[in-house]
Formats: sequence, C-alpha cells, structure tokens
Amino acid sequence: MIEVRDLHKSFGRQRVLNGVNLQIQTGERVVIIGRSGGGKSVLLKHFIGLLPPDSGQVLIDGQDIVPMTERQLLQVRLMFGMLFQSAALFDSMSVAENVGFALRRQRTVPAEEIRAKVAEALGMVGLEGTEEKKPAELSGGMRKRVGLARAIVYRPRILLYDEPTTGLDPIAADSIDQLIVRISEKLNTTSVAVTHDMRSAGRIGKRIFMLHEGRIHTVGTPEEIFSSSDPIVSRFVNGVADPKEHVF
Amino acid sequence: MNRLGWLSEWMEGLGQLTLLAREIVFSLFTKRLSWRQVLYQIYFIGIKSQSVVLITGAFTGMVMAAQTYFQFHKVRMDTATMAVVSVSMCSELGPVLTGLMVAGRVGAALAAELGTMRVTEQIDALRTLATHPVDYLVVPRMLATLLSMPVLTAASISIGIAAGYVIGTTYLDIEPAYLWHNMVKYTLPEHVAEGLIKSFIYGGIIALISCYKGLTCREGAEGVGRATTEAVVFSAITILISNFFLTLTLNRVLGT
Repeated sequence: MIEVRDLHKSFGRQRVLNGVNLQIQTGERVVIIGRSGGGKSVLLKHFIGLLPPDSGQVLIDGQDIVPMTERQLLQVRLMFGMLFQSAALFDSMSVAENVGFALRRQRTVPAEEIRAKVAEALGMVGLEGTEEKKPAELSGGMRKRVGLARAIVYRPRILLYDEPTTGLDPIAADSIDQLIVRISEKLNTTSVAVTHDMRSAGRIGKRIFMLHEGRIHTVGTPEEIFSSSDPIVSRFVNGVADPKEHVF
Repeated sequence: MNRLGWLSEWMEGLGQLTLLAREIVFSLFTKRLSWRQVLYQIYFIGIKSQSVVLITGAFTGMVMAAQTYFQFHKVRMDTATMAVVSVSMCSELGPVLTGLMVAGRVGAALAAELGTMRVTEQIDALRTLATHPVDYLVVPRMLATLLSMPVLTAASISIGIAAGYVIGTTYLDIEPAYLWHNMVKYTLPEHVAEGLIKSFIYGGIIALISCYKGLTCREGAEGVGRATTEAVVFSAITILISNFFLTLTLNRVLGT
C-alpha cells in the first residue's frame, strides 16, 4: 500500500504540493489527473524517493521512506518499476541492454536467463526482435514500450507511469493504455499513472485522484469524475478554461 | 540578504562537492566496481587525450628551451638550458598543462554527458533501477581520470624534454654532451615525483568538479551548456590555485 500524509514541496518560492493526503491499496490501478505544471509528476517522484519532500510522510507498506538515505532507498526501489515521460532510455545502450540493465546490475542472474527475461519482457510489450536496436532508431511509442519492458523485467510489485501517453498519436496512446491495463492484470501489480489526458485516465484508472492547487481535490471512479458537477473537475474533464484565467 | 546570496550558494556548492567526494570514497571501498566501465573510461579519458597532451608537451618543451637559451646565452650558461627545461617540465609545466588540457577535453565531455543524462531523466531512471549514480557513473570516471593523468603527464614531460633537447642540440647548436650532463645532474627523482603527485591530484579535481557540475546541471540545453563551461573554468582555476600550494607543500616534503 502507498500512503501519503500531509506532503508539502516547494521549488524556491513556488509551492507545488501543499498538503497532499492519499492512499492507494495494493493491487489497485489509479490515475492522478491535474493541470500541466500542477505537481503530478512531482508527487509521483515522491512515491519512489526521487525527490525529498519539505515535510510530510510517504509510507510504502507502512514504512516511511522520507527519512531514508539514497542507499537505503535503493532497496525500496526494487519494489518499483517506473516509466518516464520521455521513456529515459539509456541512449548509449541497445534495447536489450536497456531492458536487462536492472538484472545485470544484480550480478546474480546468469547471462542466458537475462536474455530470456529480456525477450519475454519485450514480447509482453509487443516488441519482439528489437533487442539490437538503439533507442535513437525507435519511434516515440516504441521508446515508451521499451521503457515499460525495462520497468517490468524484474517483476516489481508497484508500477509508476509518468504521463505515459504524452507526445503520442491517439492510436499509439490507446495501445499504451491497453498495455498498461494488460500488464497490471497479468503481473498483478499496483499501478499509478499521472496524466492530463482524460481519455487515457478513463481507460487506465479504476479510481481517479484529481490534484488541484497542490492538494487532492477529488477522488472517485472514472464515472463519478466524468459526471462530476464540481466546477473545477467539470472544467478539467471537458477542457474548458476558467473565464477568469487570461492567457493573453 | 541578496548581496550575500552568491556566498551562501557558493558555500552550499562546496558542501555538496564534499558530500559527493565522501560518497565516491565510500563507493570505491565498499561497492563492487565495473572494470569494463573503468576500462572504457580509461580509453576515452586517457588514450583519446594523448594527441592533445603530446602536442602541448612538445611545443612547450621547445619554446621553453628556446627562451631559456636566449636568456642564458647572454651570461654564457648555454649548457644549463635543458636543466631548467627538464626541472620545469617535470615539476610544473608537465602536470599543469596536462591538467588544463584534460580539464578542457575531458572535463567538458564528462559534464556534458552527465548533464544531458540528468535533463533527459536518465539519471532518475538509473535510481529507479536501484543503481546509485555515483557507483555506476562517477566512480569509473574518477578512477579512470586518476589513473590516466599521471601516465599522460609522464608522456607530456618526456616528449617536452625530448623536443627541447632536439631544438637545443640542432637549432640552438648547444654542445650535446654538456647539455645532457647538466640536465641529468640537476633533474632529481623528486622533481619527477612532484609532477606525478600533482597530476594525480589534478585528475581528482577534474573528475570531481566535472561530475558534480554534470549531476547538478539545470534544466534544458542552456543548463547543460552552463554546466560544461563551469566544469572547465572551475577545474582550470582550481588546478592553477592548488598548484601554488602544492608546490610549496611538496617542496617542503620532498626537498625539491
């Protein structure tokens, strides 16, 4: 279970998280929505200890990870797999080297087994036979798939997705959404995705959290969120700008 | 308060640099090293820097021989020319110029590489894959720079002296036997040791500052550019300042 208690985070004078509280149950598939620059990715990075909060607690299976050192966090992170917004593939390595990275670093898995697990993970994301390619040779959607294969190859219990469909065409975005659902069901993982793409949120999430002004504003099932009468939620879902918000 | 902002920023940077140094030492002695990574970095940092270091060494040795001869000739001390060139190359010019050239070539590359990895989230990806960036990225680069610098410096010193000797005996027409005799007489093993110790320390300075600048790089192309420039400038200035204090300290310790 992931639990966040009264989480605060500022960058300089900009307050990004202003007392976030949430609970995600084991095996759940949730989506965190909110406006661009609203702190969704910052919140997600706190789950895995990539950013230290100014105050508050992040409990993973009841254990507070905030006071941990970077080296202690490395052990906790073995539970997690994360897909980054830009996929963040290591550009000096081939696809196979990227996907097998975590297994190679463990130094206990034989090379033959690593090859088999890499091929299996690539098969799960529909990229069989791309082992020798370099990240620069792949399209945006393929890079995300390789990023996902790299995140699932060591069978983590929790999968985090940072804007999984941003920058993809609608068809590629749909296939990534389907992949996220399929993998979460097949591997029985807890999945947390952050996105501002409402179609994607509706497809992936069984429960949706809306982050607004540094706090969790609303929680509900996709149906509840899409039919919400709350003006903030409704405007976001329907993509209607606040009349008070002057762009020009 | 704003007027002191730069001071607190500078002090914070110095503190972070110290913490990075501590983490490197911890990793070096407690974590298993990837020798494949170290060898690749030795190839990039050491072998690929050879040409630039050798050219610098050779021309410095030649110009040093010519200038020393022009002055010494006035007081008929022509045959002491190579003694001055040799001692200067061993204890000062060899390590400092190699340090500056490596800071320019390797320091910039290290900061740009790590900086780009940071802004493209590759360093965060490493961390999520349970890998400490210091273990995987910094330690092999630090070790490779530490091992390469004394070798590069020795090569620079050797070619500088050889080039100076050739210029002395041919173009400047100095008596070879006396030139050689005086050079060997006044160049002590301590001078060579001084140069190699300095080069080892400069290797540490270049790798530490450049990796730090890369790891703490700000967002975007501008951030990477700035980190790269600062890595080279700070490495070069630190080498020049520390050279003065190292010269005084090593002179006392080695008796040069």
